[in-house]
Amino acid sequence: MGPEPAVARHREGAAHEAHHEELGFLWKYVFSTDHKTIGIQYAITGLLFLLFGFGLMMLMRWQLAYPQSALPWLGALLGEARMPGGTMLPEFYNELGAMHGTIMVFLGVVPLGVGGFGNFVLPLQIGAPDMAFPRINMASYWSYFAGGVVMLGSFFVPGGAAQSGWTSYAPLSVIAGTGQTWWLIGMVFLITSSLLGSINFIVTTIQLRAPGLSYFRLPFFVWAQLVTSFLLLLAFPPLEGAAFLQLMDRIANTSFFLPSGLVVSGQVLGATGGGNPLLWQHLFWFLAHPEVYVLILPALGIVAEVVANNSRRPLFGYRPMVYSVIFVGFMSFIVWAHHMFITGMGTTMATFFQTTTMIISIPSVVILTALIVSLWGGSIRYNTPMLFALGFLPMFGIGGLTGLPLGLTASDIHLHDTYYVIGHFHYVVAPGSLFALFAGIYYWFPKATGRAMSELLGKIHFWGSLVFMNVIFLPFLLIGLAGVSRRLYDGGASYAHAQHVLPWNEVSSIGAWCLALFQIPFIVNFFWSVFRGRRVSENPWEATTLEWAAPSPPPHGNFLRLPEAHRGPYEYSVPGAARDYLPQWEPSGA
Amino acid sequence: MEIPYTVAVRPDTGLNNGKIAIWLFLASEVMLFGSLFASYIMLRVGAETWPAGATYLNIPLATLNTVVLISSSVTMVLAWASLVKGSFGRFRVFMAITILCGLVFLVVKYFEYSAKFHHGYLPSTNTFLAIYFTLTGLHGLHVVGGMAVNAWLWGPGSAMWKVDPLHFTNRVENAGLFWHLVDLVWIFLFPVLYLL
Amino acid sequence: MGDTHDHADIDRHVRAAFLVFGSLLVLTGFTVAAYFLHLPTRLAITLALLIATVKGSLVAGWFMHLVSEKRIIYWMLALAAAFFVPLLLIPTFGALDAVSVR
Repeated sequence: MGPEPAVARHREGAAHEAHHEELGFLWKYVFSTDHKTIGIQYAITGLLFLLFGFGLMMLMRWQLAYPQSALPWLGALLGEARMPGGTMLPEFYNELGAMHGTIMVFLGVVPLGVGGFGNFVLPLQIGAPDMAFPRINMASYWSYFAGGVVMLGSFFVPGGAAQSGWTSYAPLSVIAGTGQTWWLIGMVFLITSSLLGSINFIVTTIQLRAPGLSYFRLPFFVWAQLVTSFLLLLAFPPLEGAAFLQLMDRIANTSFFLPSGLVVSGQVLGATGGGNPLLWQHLFWFLAHPEVYVLILPALGIVAEVVANNSRRPLFGYRPMVYSVIFVGFMSFIVWAHHMFITGMGTTMATFFQTTTMIISIPSVVILTALIVSLWGGSIRYNTPMLFALGFLPMFGIGGLTGLPLGLTASDIHLHDTYYVIGHFHYVVAPGSLFALFAGIYYWFPKATGRAMSELLGKIHFWGSLVFMNVIFLPFLLIGLAGVSRRLYDGGASYAHAQHVLPWNEVSSIGAWCLALFQIPFIVNFFWSVFRGRRVSENPWEATTLEWAAPSPPPHGNFLRLPEAHRGPYEYSVPGAARDYLPQWEPSGA
Repeated sequence: MEIPYTVAVRPDTGLNNGKIAIWLFLASEVMLFGSLFASYIMLRVGAETWPAGATYLNIPLATLNTVVLISSSVTMVLAWASLVKGSFGRFRVFMAITILCGLVFLVVKYFEYSAKFHHGYLPSTNTFLAIYFTLTGLHGLHVVGGMAVNAWLWGPGSAMWKVDPLHFTNRVENAGLFWHLVDLVWIFLFPVLYLL
Repeated sequence: MGDTHDHADIDRHVRAAFLVFGSLLVLTGFTVAAYFLHLPTRLAITLALLIATVKGSLVAGWFMHLVSEKRIIYWMLALAAAFFVPLLLIPTFGALDAVSVR
C-alpha cells in the first residue's frame, strides 16, 4: 500500500490542522511531537549546555594559568567550600574537569548534532511528514532533559558533582562522593534518550523515504545519521550495564570493580574485593570509542551538505564516502582498547587493537579527502556556513593526524594521559565537530525560521573562533609532548620536566577567554535574527536536497505535497542545464 | 497527519515501522545483557575460586521458573494467534495467563531472594552473589516491564481492537517479541548461574 | 495490504509453537540432567551453553518467528551479533593476555 493521493492526504491534513489549533501551548510547544519542534528543543538545550560546559572550562583555565591565585569576585561567588579565599580547591578542579567533559560530550555535542540536526533535518531530507514515532521522539527529548537536570543537580549535593573524570574509572569513582551516584543516574536517563532516538532515526530512514529516494540517492548527511544511530543503539547498552554495576558497587556494597585489599588513605577498604577495575574500562570504552564517532559523523554529514552546496559541484566520491562511513561505523566497535594500551595488556591484544586502529584511519581519510577534492573546480561561495565547513577540513585533519601516534602502542606509552591526548581530541571536537555544527546552524537557520542570520556577525564569529581555538589547543600538543599529564590541578607546576613549557598554560587560558568573547556575536546573531533577520525564500542557498522544497519554516507535516526524488542529491552544475543546480524534487524534462 | 507504514507494510522492506523498531530495541537489549554476561565471564575467569551455583541457589525453584516462563511464551503466541484469527475473547484468556505466569515467576523470585537475605547472603557477600543478584534483578525488572505492557494491552490498550484490529494485533505481536526475549535471556541465565 | 496471515498459516504456526514448547520442556530436562552428571567444569559449561543455544534458537526461530522474517531484520541482527562477539570475548581475552610483574 503506497502513499494515498495528495488531495486525500491534504484534506486529512487540513482536518488535523484544525484539530491542532486547539492544542494548548503546553502540548504544541513543550510536549510537542513535531520533529522540528523537538529538534529545536534539543538544539537550544544542547547549545546552552555547551555554553555552560565552556564556562566550567574557563574557570579551570584560571587555575591552570595562575595556579593558587585568587579569582577576583567570581571566586567569592562560588563559595568558601569550593574556592576558599577565591582560590580553587583541587576537588573543585576535578569537579569542573569531570563535568566539563561529561556535559560537552553527552549534554552538548551529541544532543545538538544528533538530537538537534538529526531530528530537524532528517525527515525533511527524506521527504517524510515526521519521524516514524513522534511520541517516542518527544519522550527521548524529555529523557535527555531529565538527565540534564540530574547532572546539573549533582553540583548541589554534599561533596559536589562527579569528580572522577568523564571516564569515571574505578576504583576512584566507586569510593567517590554522592555526586558520582547522580552522574550514574543521569547517564541512565541520557542513554535511554539515545536509545529511543536511535530506534526512531533508523526506522524513519528505512521506512519513510519518499518515492524515488533510493539509498544511494540519500544525502550524505542522512547516511551519517543512520550509521550514528546504529552506533548509539548497539554501543550504549554496555555502558548502561556498567553503570548498573557501578551503582551496585556504590549502593549495594558489591565489588564488581574493586580489587581485593584496596587501601584508601592508609586504611584497607572494607569491601568484598575480587573485582576488576579493568572491567569498568572495557565496558566504558566499548561505548566511548563508538561515541567519538557519534561526535564526528553528524559533523561530517553537515560539512558534506554545506561543501556541495557552496562549491556548486557534485560531491567527489559520494559512493566511496558512503562505504567509508559504514566501514568506520563497523570498525569503531573493535578499536576501543587503544584507550587502554598501558593497562598491562599483553602483546597479542595490543597488536590487535593497534592494527584495527590503524585500519579505521583509512575510511576517515577517504571521507576527508573526498570532501577536500569536492572543492576542486568548484565555484566557491564564501558565506558563513561555508567558512566554518572550510575551517573544519584542516582542523579535522590535524585532529586525525595527531591521533596516529596515540593509536600506535610504542608512541602511546609516552603520550597516554598527557595533554597531547587532550589536544588531539579537542582538535577533532572543537574546531572539528563544533565548527561543523556552527556551519549547520547558519545553513539551516533560514529553513527553520524563514530568516537569514547576519553574515557580518557570522564572519566575526568564524575568524575569532578559528584563531583562538588554535591558540588554546596547539600548545596542548606541545606541553603534552613534553610530558605534562592531563587532569593535573596545577597544570604541571610541580613537575621538573614540565617547567619549560608551563608558560603555555597562560597562553591557552587567554585563548579560551578570548574565544568566549567571540561567541557573543553568535549568540546575539542567533536571537536577533529569529525576530529581525532578513526574510528569505524557501531555498535561499539554491540547494538540491529535499528539505529545501518545504516552506520556511515548514508546517506540521512538512510539505504541502509530499515530494518525489527524481535524481541524486548533488546535481550541481550539470552540463546543459538551465541553472547551476537541479533540485532532487523537480521532475525531469519539462 | 498520518505516518505512513504504521500498520501497512512498505513494499520494498515488507515490514511495518513497529516491527523494525521492536527488533532494534531487542538488539540493544541483547547488548545490555551481553555486557553483564561478559562481566560474569571476566569476573569468574579472574577469580581464584568460584562457588558452584548450588551452594547458594535453589535449583528446583529455578527449574520451576524456567518452565513457567517457557509456558508463558507459548500462551503469548496463542494470545497473538487468537487475534489473527479474530477472537478477542481468547486473546484475553491467553494474555491473562501470560501475565499470571509472569506473576508466578516474580513470586518465586521473591521467595528465592528473601531466603537468601534470611541466610545473610547479600550482593555484598561475594562476587558470585553480586553478579547473581544483578543479573537476575535486571532480568526481573524486564519481567515487570513486560508484564506492565501486557497488562496495558489486556486492559485499557485493548480498546484499539475495535478501532484498528490489525494495528492492535501488531502491537500484541511486538509485545510478544519482547516477552520472548525475556524468556530467552532466562534460558541462558538459568544454567549459567544455577548449574555451572 | 497489511501483514495478515490466513487461517491455515496461523494454525500451522500454532502447531509449530506447541512442538517447540514440547522440545523446550525436554531440553530443560536435559539441562538439569546434565547438571547431575557432575561433568568436569569445561565440559559442563560447553554442554550447558550448547543446550541453551538450541533452546534459544527454538524460541527465536519459532516463537519470535525469525525463521520467516524479512531480510532487513536478519541484517540488523547479524550486525548486533557481530558486535556481541567482541563484547563477550575480549574482556576475557584481556584478562588472560596480560603482562604480569613477578
